[in-house]
This record gives sequence, C-alpha cells and structure tokens, in this order.
Amino acid sequence: MGPHHPSTHGVFRMDVVLEGETVVKLKPVFGYLHRNHEKIAEGTSYLGSMPYTDRLDYFCSLTNNWAYALAVEKLAGLQVPERAEYLRVITAELTRLQNHTCLIGFLVQDMGALGTPLMYAFREREKILDLFEELTGARMMCNYMRFGGCRCDAPSGWLERVKRVVAEYPRFLDEYEKLFTENEILMARTQGVGVLPGALAVNAGITGPMLRASGVNYDLRKVDRYGIYGRFSFRVPLGAHGDVYDRYMVRLLEMRESVKILEQALRDIPAGPVMDSKAKLRGFRPKPGEAYGRIEAPKGELGFYLISDGGPNPYRYRVRPPSFINLTVLEDMCVGQKVADVVIILGSVDIVLGEVDR
Amino acid sequence: METLESLVERLAAAVPGAEVKILPNPSPAQQPSLLVDVAHAVAVARFLREDAACRFDYASNVTGVDWLDQVVKEKVRTTRMVEGVERVFEETKEHVEPGYLEVVYHLYSMELGHGPLVLRQRTADRGAGARVASLTPVWRSCEFQEREVFDLFGVYFEGHPDLRRILMWDGFTGHPMRRDYVEPDDYEYEPTPHDQVLEKARRHYPAAGGKPREGQG
Repeated sequence: MGPHHPSTHGVFRMDVVLEGETVVKLKPVFGYLHRNHEKIAEGTSYLGSMPYTDRLDYFCSLTNNWAYALAVEKLAGLQVPERAEYLRVITAELTRLQNHTCLIGFLVQDMGALGTPLMYAFREREKILDLFEELTGARMMCNYMRFGGCRCDAPSGWLERVKRVVAEYPRFLDEYEKLFTENEILMARTQGVGVLPGALAVNAGITGPMLRASGVNYDLRKVDRYGIYGRFSFRVPLGAHGDVYDRYMVRLLEMRESVKILEQALRDIPAGPVMDSKAKLRGFRPKPGEAYGRIEAPKGELGFYLISDGGPNPYRYRVRPPSFINLTVLEDMCVGQKVADVVIILGSVDIVLGEVDR
Repeated sequence: METLESLVERLAAAVPGAEVKILPNPSPAQQPSLLVDVAHAVAVARFLREDAACRFDYASNVTGVDWLDQVVKEKVRTTRMVEGVERVFEETKEHVEPGYLEVVYHLYSMELGHGPLVLRQRTADRGAGARVASLTPVWRSCEFQEREVFDLFGVYFEGHPDLRRILMWDGFTGHPMRRDYVEPDDYEYEPTPHDQVLEKARRHYPAAGGKPREGQG
C-alpha cells in the first residue's frame, strides 16, 4: 500500500501480504522524506538547528522546540525564567489540543467520513494557529523557543485571546463527542481493531497516547515533571483495551485535561523576563559532555541526545522520534485484520512523516 | 535508584565475566554511562530488565556515535649523552588512537519510574570489526533504531532479526552519518550558478569544460 499515506500526511509505503482480505504480513517502508536532519544539524551551530526542529513534526513545532531547548539546557546547565516556563506550557498544551483535534479529524476521514469532521477540526485549529501567528510570527514553523527562555514576550492582549479560545474549547469537544463517541459506525469500525497489549507496548518503546490507550500509566509530564508541570493538577487518561477506539478516546480525554492545564497556567502566569539574562545565543559553546532531554510531545516521547566536544556545533545530534518508534508494532496490530482496517490502525498511530523519516 | 558503583558490583556478580566500566559525563546533565563489552551485552541487558531493583523495561533511545582516529601528541623526555654530557631532551611523539563506533542506549523504567541509565557498546574498529550485539531480543523498541544505526553508521548488529537498510534505499552504498562520509558530487546546475558551483562543476566534468553532458546530471 502506498507510497501515499491515505490521508496524505506524507509519503509512506507498506508491503502487505494478504490472504483474501486478511493481512498476513506487513512491513513498513521508510525513507521517502529522509533528508538526514541529524547530519545537517552536526554541521550547524546549536541555535541554527532550532528552526529545523520545526520541520520534524510540522504539526507540533512548538513542542519540538521545547524538547530541543530542554536538551541543550541540560547540556549547558541553563535556567529558564518563570514567565518563559509558563509560556512554554501554554504553547505546548495549545499544540497538543490542535494535534489531537486534527488527528481525530483525520482518523474519521480514514473511516470514510469525508470532509465535514475534518473541516470542523481545522476550524478549531485555525483559531490556535492564529494565536501562534500572533505570538511567533508564523503559523506552523514557529521557531519560538531559545536556550534559556523564549524568543519574545506575548504581545499585549494575547493572553486574553488565548483565554477566550480555551474557554470555548470544551464546547467544541462536546460537539465532537456528540458526533463520534457513540456513533455506531465509529464503534463498529474501531472497537476491537488493532489491539495492542500493554506488555508489548512497553517492550516496544511505544509512548504517548498509544501507550496510555493500552493501559500503561506513563506520562512524562507526571514522571519527569519537566519545566513546571509539577505545579498543575491534571489526570492521565488511560485506556482498557488498547484498540483504536481507546486511542481515540484517550486523545479526546487528554484534550480536556489540556484545557484544565491551560486554565491554570493562564491564571497563574507571572510577569517578568522571558529570557535568562545569562543565556548566550551567539557564540554558544557548551562544555564537552552529553545530555539526553525528553518531553511528552503530542505524539509521544520526543527526545534529543546531544554530545558536545566544546565546539560551536554539536558533535552528535540525535532525535528520538516518537512516531517512528511507535510504528514498530504496526505489523503486530495489523496481522489478522482486514485491509480496510490497516488504514484506520495507521491513522490511530498518529504519524507525521517529517518526523518518521527526518 | 541505586548508585552506578553498586549496580556495577551487582552486575559483576550476576553476569560472570562481564566487563562493565563507568564512563563519566562532565556536562551538568549528570548522565554518566556504562560501557559494556560486546560479548556480554545481551546478558547484562537481560539482567537490567529483569532485576527487581532495576526493572529497566523501556529502552527509549538507541543511537550511534562515530569516533574517528585521533592523533595524540605526547611530550616525552629522554636523556642522551651529548659530547660526554648527559642532557635532557623533550621530544613530541605522535601516535594514532584507533577510532571506533559506539552504540548508545538510553534505558528507563516505566514500572519504577527511574532513569535514564545510559548503556554503551563499542566496536573494535571502524572497518570489518564494526560489530556489536543486538539488544532487540531484549527490547523490541531497538528493532527499527538499530536498523537505523546499521543503515547510517554501518554498525553490524549480531542477533538482529531483520537487519536491512531503513531510511536509505537498498542499493545505496556508504553510511552517511559517519564523520568522514563524503557527499557525492552529482547535483545539477542551480538556476543561477555562482562561483562555488561553477568551480565544483569544472572539477566534476573536466572534459566538457564544466558543463554536464546531455542526459547526465
């Protein structure tokens, strides 16, 4: 199947062996979008790679920025001012909202509900992208975070507008749920399809909503408490069956938790600088050593592994892409299912080829 | 989590013959790593996964690092007799430290919530001896990532169930993530070729005076 993704997320191919309509064997084929991001980053300064991280998972540039900034901050021992931490949480949770919204739109599109649900999702996404544009100057390629803070402070009135969008969001989620959650077709197509047992998910390094849909309680926002996530009260939704329906449901519930985090962050955000005064952007040379930093990106654990040899470029720069590793179990989930289900199962993994192929 | 020192002691008792060494990490991240010998890597990995105090059930990140041959300069003092008088000479001697490839694993425990433990394997050299043990039988998450290291670094993983190229195409030769990889010079003209491009093209197509022949490019 392929090399076109059914929802045109990018270019992806699966070699499938069938017996009638049933899948016997499935091998994913990668690399159509490979541009060796890691090699390019090794030839660029630390700061020079920041805009390139936007292009990994181009749906969630802000969480990519954060993961990279976090790894460099670990490597160089930098501090982040309070206000910047709040801005990071706000932008990251908005990113999560729009990613999950679109994913559900794409998922039902893969099931044959062409157009309407996806356009509903894109309508909401536009509101969030408008906010990103106002804050960072770009809708998708935000390039917003820096080592030791954020590039610029929020423009006046921006936080008020975020509050308005966040306040409206639960109503949209209710509408979405009314459309899908008890929809007969959706239940028939997704329940018991593409089951992933929890033990296999852990062993195969699956992360993010896919892991939690299989009933494993592992959310880096709770485990690592990176940034200031320790301050917010929110719950981690878990699935019970590990099928496509649970993955859909976990994402919906996660959005409701994201709204809660956003409300708290918007309430508590202090005034102050957004960049650490000691942080150095030009001529930045961290001391020799290495660091691995990771965050809970909307698609799973996004990690950056950096080795410094004291020079202006990283000696080694590695991205741990969640959607690439989440594809490890694609075959296990698809074997025994029908061809039509493969499309849905792939849709529920939530991949973006910019990140899978790098 | 227990200290690395005590973990190494317990490892030495549990896996006889394993050579495990702690490698310090001078950065503020404070993530030192364990260097494991290739022969006992799988046994060590199994211990780390099964042991009740470790339970590293989740291998998050697998990647390669290329360390080139390094010329190390050393100053050596020698005493020689010059015209009947003993004098001290300082000489600079150079020797080449052979390079190697390294495979790095970042392990976490989902059950106990600790980590990361950084595990490393080193190959004997950068040529035919670039072999390490595959940890895919212990952690499935290594499957695609080890394939990627094989593809981009040219490290052969012994015991990997399906070792093929993953990002580059099957007919590709070479390993692009190695530090000494030279990019092929096979691009076409840019719309407005500038000096650098023209110079490169002249070297690439010397016979045609720097212009690619018809049908080439």
